[in-house]
Amino acid sequence: MNFKNLREYLAWLYYQYLLITGIYVLEPWEKSIFNSILFSAIAMVVYTSYVFVPIHVRLALEFFSGIFGGQHSTMKH
Amino acid sequence: MFFFPQNPNVTHNSNLYKRPFVESFEETPLLVAVLTYMGYGILTIFGYLRDFLRHWNIEKCHVARDREQQKDFVPLYQDFENFYTRNLYMRIRDNWNRPVCGVPGAKMDLAERVSYDYNWTFKHTGKVVKDVINMGSYNYLGFAENVGACADAAVDVTKKYGSGVGSTRCEIGNLDIHEELEQLIARFLGVESSMAFGMGFATNSMNIPALTGKGCLILSDELNHASLVLGARLSGSTIRVFKHNNMQSLEKLLRDAIVHGQPRTHRPWKKILIVVEGIYSMEGSIVRLPEVIALKKRYKAYLYLDEAHSIGALGPHGGGVVDYFGLDPNDVDIMMGTFTKSFGAAGGYIGGKKELIDYLRSHSHSALYATSMSPPVAQQIITSMKIIMGEDGSTLGRQQTQLSQNTTYFRKKLWDMGFIIYGNDDSPVVPLMLYMPAKIGAFGREMLKRNIGTVVVGFPATPIIESRARFCVSAAHTREMLDIALEAISEVGDVLQLKYSRRERPLPALGWMSEESLLQD
Ligand SMILES: Cc1ncc(COP(=O)(O)O)c(C=O)c1O
Repeated sequence: MNFKNLREYLAWLYYQYLLITGIYVLEPWEKSIFNSILFSAIAMVVYTSYVFVPIHVRLALEFFSGIFGGQHSTMKH
Repeated sequence: MFFFPQNPNVTHNSNLYKRPFVESFEETPLLVAVLTYMGYGILTIFGYLRDFLRHWNIEKCHVARDREQQKDFVPLYQDFENFYTRNLYMRIRDNWNRPVCGVPGAKMDLAERVSYDYNWTFKHTGKVVKDVINMGSYNYLGFAENVGACADAAVDVTKKYGSGVGSTRCEIGNLDIHEELEQLIARFLGVESSMAFGMGFATNSMNIPALTGKGCLILSDELNHASLVLGARLSGSTIRVFKHNNMQSLEKLLRDAIVHGQPRTHRPWKKILIVVEGIYSMEGSIVRLPEVIALKKRYKAYLYLDEAHSIGALGPHGGGVVDYFGLDPNDVDIMMGTFTKSFGAAGGYIGGKKELIDYLRSHSHSALYATSMSPPVAQQIITSMKIIMGEDGSTLGRQQTQLSQNTTYFRKKLWDMGFIIYGNDDSPVVPLMLYMPAKIGAFGREMLKRNIGTVVVGFPATPIIESRARFCVSAAHTREMLDIALEAISEVGDVLQLKYSRRERPLPALGWMSEESLLQD
């Protein structure tokens, strides 16, 4: 496929998305329902990961550094 | 002991074949299958949503519903296929039964229509879409014409006999033209005798019950046409289904039938009838006739061969699968076929031994109760059959050569482009796999935009994930038409990402890579 510009390419990508999910055949209001549900789901996933992942990562780091750090110190003795 | 991996595309009894028998059914790529199911899942959810809205009268319901007074009865109109028609088929209905206004030959004219309520109703704009290349009609030999020898002869015959007969064959609907037609068919097929009927579907569904009954066994291919299935069910015989074109499966059923006989009583079956088709119209595969005949002879069963798509279209003399494999027509007990495809007419025939035909003449419902074939139709068949046989003085086998060249060319090109196509290399029916439900609608619409008429098929005519587009190559297509069509197919294939095949093939030209093709590689 050859595209003249990015817009055309994005339009084509959106078309692929319509075809693969099957919402190509739906009526416009159904399409918007599907899109809003999908995008709000994605947005929530992104938001939760933004909020919670750093905390979990920090906790995990502390936990593991506690174990390994602790072992480290016991080995030194 | 070594076990060699079995390749289903390779013939096991290759000594029975005079020429290579190449048939391929490439496996569905896993990712495509998963995405297809996901698509159906999403559409089903929306279907339930719409049904919910219709149920509570939030939305107007356009389809047949149970009456208000009967709403506590067992529902009359509810099943999955109904759900499917209402919620999926209706959304892309504009791809089907589009009115054709003219001869559906190599090119045709379509009536333009629009829908303002998402395909629930259509309005004709009065305009005509001209010169659409027809890749969908079963016009294998190009006899669907309104000019030329066949049409002229049909006009003359209409002037002589009129177009209606108004009685059945066994009363006063037996015209001399019918007898002439039957003798010609018998000669064409190389059998003793034959009989013509006014409708192909009825030929199957009414003659199988005349041949078998209770205590008989019918072994039927799983992909047999609805008319054969209906006939087998009407006959009241036991029906067992073997895997499509799978001789091991057929042989196993035959052996079991002979060893165990009828269930419970264990009496031997009165007779065993194997029912197969010549070319399977959805799969594009050709029956493994030499092997079927060998099995039928070994186990002493009868063979019913439906040549609806293959008669005229296959074989150097247009004699169907028997001619294609170079076999003896007398090895097939019941040769059935239709005139609707290659001959550009209507009706069906049964050919075989004289005793068989005489028996059918007095026992078949479609001989006794159906009005006989219209004379111009009979004449169309006579003239086209004579042209195929070279009896009109023209060169013998011209259409066959053209058709087989077109078939080879068309299949080869599609194959090279990287589409998944099904079927035998020599079959003029070419199914191209689409898989995803939305692509069924998109393919038909995109092709029509490029002025090419195609047939797209989905469930229930195919298994649910194996939606496809089906092209029927015709001798009437010129090389230019095929090239235009192929170019359009390739273009649409790129837009819709249909080039699923993972066979080894030359690298595609560089460009934007779609996410899908990246995932597939
Ligand atoms: C295998 C087979 N048998 C029978 C028929 C029915 O023939 P007709 O359309 O002439 O009624 C068809 C038609 O599509 C067919 O494909």
